[in-house]
Amino acid sequence: MKRIILSSKETLTAIRVGLFLAIRQVKRSSKWTTLLITFIMTLTFLNLVVVSGILVGLIEGATVAVRERHLGDIAISRLKEKEYIERSTKIIAAIAASPDVESYTERYLQGATVEANYKTRRRETDLVESTGTVLAGIDLLLEDKATGLSKRIVEGSYLEQGDYDKVLLGCNLLIKYLGFESTSMPALKDVAIGSKVRIKFNNITREMTVKGIIKTKVDDIDRRVYMTDSQLRSMSGRTDYNVGEIAIKIKSTANADEVKRSLVSQGLDQFATIQTFEEGEPKFLKDIKQTFAMLGSMISAIGLVVACITIFIVIFINAITRRKFIGILKGIGIDSVAIEFAYVCQSLLYALVGTLIGFVIVFAVLKPFLDAHPINFPFSDGILVATIPGTFTRAGLLFLATLIAGYIPARMVVKQNTLDAILGR
Amino acid sequence: MQFLGAKYNPMIKIQDLIKSYTTAGNTFVVLKKLSFEIEAGQFVAITGRSGSGKSTLLYQLSLLDHPDSGFIEVDGVDISKLDRRERTKFRLNRLGYVFQDYALVPELTSIENVVVPLLMQGLDKKTAYKKALAALERVNLADKINNLPSQLSGGQQQRVSIARAIGHDPHILFADEPTANLDKETSENVLEIFLELNKKGQTIIMVTHEPEYAALAHRTILLDSGVITSDKRNVGHKPQD
Ligand SMILES: Nc1ncnc2c1ncn2[C@@H]1O[C@H](COP(=O)(O)OP(=O)(O)OP(=O)(O)O)[C@@H](O)[C@H]1O
Ligand SMILES: [Mg+2]
Repeated sequence: MKRIILSSKETLTAIRVGLFLAIRQVKRSSKWTTLLITFIMTLTFLNLVVVSGILVGLIEGATVAVRERHLGDIAISRLKEKEYIERSTKIIAAIAASPDVESYTERYLQGATVEANYKTRRRETDLVESTGTVLAGIDLLLEDKATGLSKRIVEGSYLEQGDYDKVLLGCNLLIKYLGFESTSMPALKDVAIGSKVRIKFNNITREMTVKGIIKTKVDDIDRRVYMTDSQLRSMSGRTDYNVGEIAIKIKSTANADEVKRSLVSQGLDQFATIQTFEEGEPKFLKDIKQTFAMLGSMISAIGLVVACITIFIVIFINAITRRKFIGILKGIGIDSVAIEFAYVCQSLLYALVGTLIGFVIVFAVLKPFLDAHPINFPFSDGILVATIPGTFTRAGLLFLATLIAGYIPARMVVKQNTLDAILGR
Repeated sequence: MQFLGAKYNPMIKIQDLIKSYTTAGNTFVVLKKLSFEIEAGQFVAITGRSGSGKSTLLYQLSLLDHPDSGFIEVDGVDISKLDRRERTKFRLNRLGYVFQDYALVPELTSIENVVVPLLMQGLDKKTAYKKALAALERVNLADKINNLPSQLSGGQQQRVSIARAIGHDPHILFADEPTANLDKETSENVLEIFLELNKKGQTIIMVTHEPEYAALAHRTILLDSGVITSDKRNVGHKPQD
C-alpha cells in the first residue's frame, strides 16, 4: 500500500519534471523548427479533416441541392397508380395550416417534348431538334420562396406574374450547358433568350418564348421546362387543382418526421406519397455517400500514418541530437519517465497548437468560405462537411497518434546506456 | 578495521573490483582487482597516466557503470543489490557528479540546470529554487542565474556544473578532471570551492592530472594500468578520525 502511494507520488514528480523540461525545450528551441513542426501538424490536421470533408461535402452538396431546390424537407408525390396527387387542395390547405412549415411549393407536371430550330432549318428533310421534357407549372412566388428558383437563373430572367407563352428552360436541355451531344439524351443546339420553342403534348402544340435558363445542378430540374401554373392548366384544359408534386420546407426548429406524422395522421397519405427527404433520398445517393465517407476515412487513415511517421522522425531526431543531454540527465538522477514524458509533452504540444490552428482554419475560414462560395463541381456545389464532434474525433486520433509516435523514439533514446550516451559512444 | 565499530565509517568500500572492455573479440582488463576504502569527509584525488583507468574507476564508484566482478559498497549500500530505477534514485539523492565538459543542458538557464535534480527529489518549487540559488551562491554565480550555458564562460559553466552537483547536498561528490578545460586561475577557483566544501564535511573524489591539485587533497591514489601503485596521505592534511 505504502509503496503504491509512494510510486504514484514519484510518477507525479516525474511528470512535473518532464513538463518543466518540455516547456523549456520548446521555448528555447529554434523558432523556425517550432514553426515548421507546428505547420506540419496543422497540415496533417487539415489533411485529416478537410480532404475527407470535401469528399463527403461533394456528395452532401448534391444532396443539399436536391433537398433545397427540388424535393424539400418533405416531398409529396402522386400515388403510383395515379396521375396526380388527388385532393391536392385539401393537402395544401393542411400544409399551409401547419405551424412547422416555413414554405411550400406545388407543381403541375406534364410530360412533353420541346422543339427548337423548326423555323430556321434549311430543308424540310433536316431533323427538327427535339427532346423530351417535363413541363412544370408553378406558382411563381411560392416556388421562389420555397426553392429560390429565381436565384438559379443563369441567363435571361425569372418569370413574372402574367407572363404568358414564356418559359424557363432547364440548362441540360441545351447542348451549350450539357456539354455533349448524345442520342440517348438529346439536347437543343441554337436556343438563346428570346428564341421560340415548340411545346408539344397530347396533340397540343404551342410556340413559346424562352425567357430564362435555369441551372440548379439537380438533374431532374435542369431537364424541365417551367411556366406559370395557370398557363399549364389552361393549355392542358385541366379543371381540377390536382398537382404533380409538392415540396415542403419546414422551419429550422421543426422535425420533418413529426410534420410528416401530423400530415399522415390527417389521413392525407391515402391520396399521396408523403416522404421525408431522408426517406425519399435515392438509394444510389446513399450508397455514394457511404462510399465517399469510406474513401475519406481511408485518406484520413493514410494521413494519420504519415502524421505518425513525421512526428516519429521529428521526435527521434530531436531526441537523438540530445542523446548526450538525456544521458547526463539520467546520470544526475533524473528518472527515465520524466525524460520520456518531456518528449511526449513536446510532441503533444506541437499537436495541440497545430490542431488549434487547424480548428481555426476549418471553422473560422474554410467552412464559412466554402458555405458561401461552394466549389463548383459539375454535379454539385461542393461544401465542406466538418461537424464539431467528427472533427474532435479526428483531433483525438491525431493526439493518440502523436502520443505513440512521440513516445516510441523518446523511449528508444532514453533506454540507451547512460554512460554511452554521456560519452557519445 | 571494520571490527572497531561505530567510529570508523567508510563512505566507499571496494573489494576485488574488476572491469574489462571487449572490443573486436579482445578483452582488455582496465581495472585489475582493486580494493580500497574511502572515509566519509575525505577529499581523495585519483591520478595516473592517460588510459590508466581513472575515469573507468569513477564510473563504477558513481553507479554510472557496472563492474565485471567485485564488491562495491557506497554510503553503506551494496550497490549490486540495486535495480536500474534504484541506481538512478541513488545517484539523485546521494551522489553529485561534475563532468569534465560541464555537461549542462543547453536549453536550461544556470538556475534551471541546478534546480532540475531538486525538483526530481520532489521538493516544491519554492524550496527547490531556494536551494538552487544557495548552491549557485556557494560557487559565486548568483549574478548569472538566468544565463543560458551559451551565455557563460567555461569556468562559469563548470561552476554551474558544481552547483548542480552539490545543490542537493550529496553524500559524495565525484569530479572527473573538473579543471581540464579551464585556465589556471579558474582552475584554482574551482579547487578553492572544493576545499571549502570539504571543510564543511563533503566527501570528494576527484580525478586530476595536475600533481599540485592532487596535493591539495587528503589522499592521492595513483593508478597505473588498472593497478593502484601508490596510495598516500598528503602532508599538511590530517586524516579526519
Ligand atoms: N568503451 C570502451 N571500450 C574499450 N576500451 C575502453 C572503453 N572505455 C575505455 N577503454 C579503455 O580503458 C582504458 C581506461 O580508460 P579511462 O577512460 O578509464 O582512462 P583514464 O585514466 O580516465 O584516461 P584519461 O586520463 O585520458 O581520461 C583505456 O585504455 C581505454 O582505451
Ligand atoms: Mg578520464
